[in-house]
Amino acid sequence: MLRDLYITLRYFVTTFGAMTIFLFELLRHTPRVFFKRFNLVVGQVYNAGALSLVIIMVSGLFVGGVLGLQGYDNLQRFNAEDAVGTFAGFALVKELGPVITALLFAGRAGTALASEIGLMKATDQLSAMEMMAVNPVTRVVVPRFIGGVIAMPLLAGVFSAVGLLGAHLVGVTLLQVDVGAFWQQMQQTLEVKDVVEGIFKSFVFGMIASLMAVWEGYNAIPTAEGVGRATTRTVVITAIAVLISDFMITAAFLKG
Amino acid sequence: MRQTRTVELGTGLFALLGIGALFFLVTQTTGGDDFNASEVYEVEARFQNVGSLKARAPVAMAGVTIGRVTNIEFDPIMLDAVVTMVIDEAYDQIPEDSDASILTAGLLGSQYIGLQAGGSDIYLEEGSEILFTQSAIVLENLIGKFLVNAGGSDSED
Repeated sequence: MLRDLYITLRYFVTTFGAMTIFLFELLRHTPRVFFKRFNLVVGQVYNAGALSLVIIMVSGLFVGGVLGLQGYDNLQRFNAEDAVGTFAGFALVKELGPVITALLFAGRAGTALASEIGLMKATDQLSAMEMMAVNPVTRVVVPRFIGGVIAMPLLAGVFSAVGLLGAHLVGVTLLQVDVGAFWQQMQQTLEVKDVVEGIFKSFVFGMIASLMAVWEGYNAIPTAEGVGRATTRTVVITAIAVLISDFMITAAFLKG
Repeated sequence: MRQTRTVELGTGLFALLGIGALFFLVTQTTGGDDFNASEVYEVEARFQNVGSLKARAPVAMAGVTIGRVTNIEFDPIMLDAVVTMVIDEAYDQIPEDSDASILTAGLLGSQYIGLQAGGSDIYLEEGSEILFTQSAIVLENLIGKFLVNAGGSDSED
């Protein structure tokens, strides 16, 4: 029993350490790949970002709409339904924008990355590259990592902006909240600091989600089952890591 | 080649959309300040109690924001609060005997400094001090007074 615990704990610490080393390895190659293999990075920004736009925008619209409905319903008990703009703005810009984008990103782009790299490994493409003296880390892994890190803040911005549009549609158009009160109260309460917090969060989540995806893919057991398991683990681990780090970042920003 | 074109076009559109969204968030959802003067002068005022006044709170005259609170300090000798504020250089004809009071925007809103014009011919300038001040109204004290008064009138009956 105690021995099992020890083995599990040791396995966890070892994996965590290996992942950290992997991250530094990626970061070490990042500047060179970014400048020398820019076309690869562009392709990955397209894969991770542009192709995720539809799911991000549709989700953002409806999340914003729900915030409008729930905010209005609860705030009107205090005769404060004008504050629905402030409510939706804070929720979207600081929390829901970065977090939901990261979770959707893990589902849409993270799984694609993990299974793609995993299948490359299973079909010996990575070994073939090594045989040709091409480093698979710089050729395959790093561009995908950078692409994800670049795409995430942009996606989160789109999510928040579309979400505000959704809240506006529900709050102002449907529930007749005054349009001036909706936007002006939001503008009075939100500060640039809050938007920066949201962008910072989505940047960190972009690092986490991309790292988990390429890590799981690169270390997948090279079988059909192993790739499938790696894909599942990508989503699970990303979700947990994103939510935990979200708590820590929020706590840090509230203190500072 | 055709494939690359599509990817580049898509990436470009995506990047523009994303940057546009971030720009929208920074400029449209945040209020910024309705006060941004480049030329300012600094004045001081002493208050018995500043309530929950914070640095960066607006300084308003006749309801128009003309300045901002830059610093609030406690003076250990005089045992009162020293509020430093900057006022837009464009408004350099505010009488020196003007009255500064700490007001609240709305019933539960944030606090700001309201200036009430005096009648002097001498105007406020860099480094001058507003002598007539009125402290913040602390809601708890008001409630306390009200309760004491209510209790007093009960016992008289």
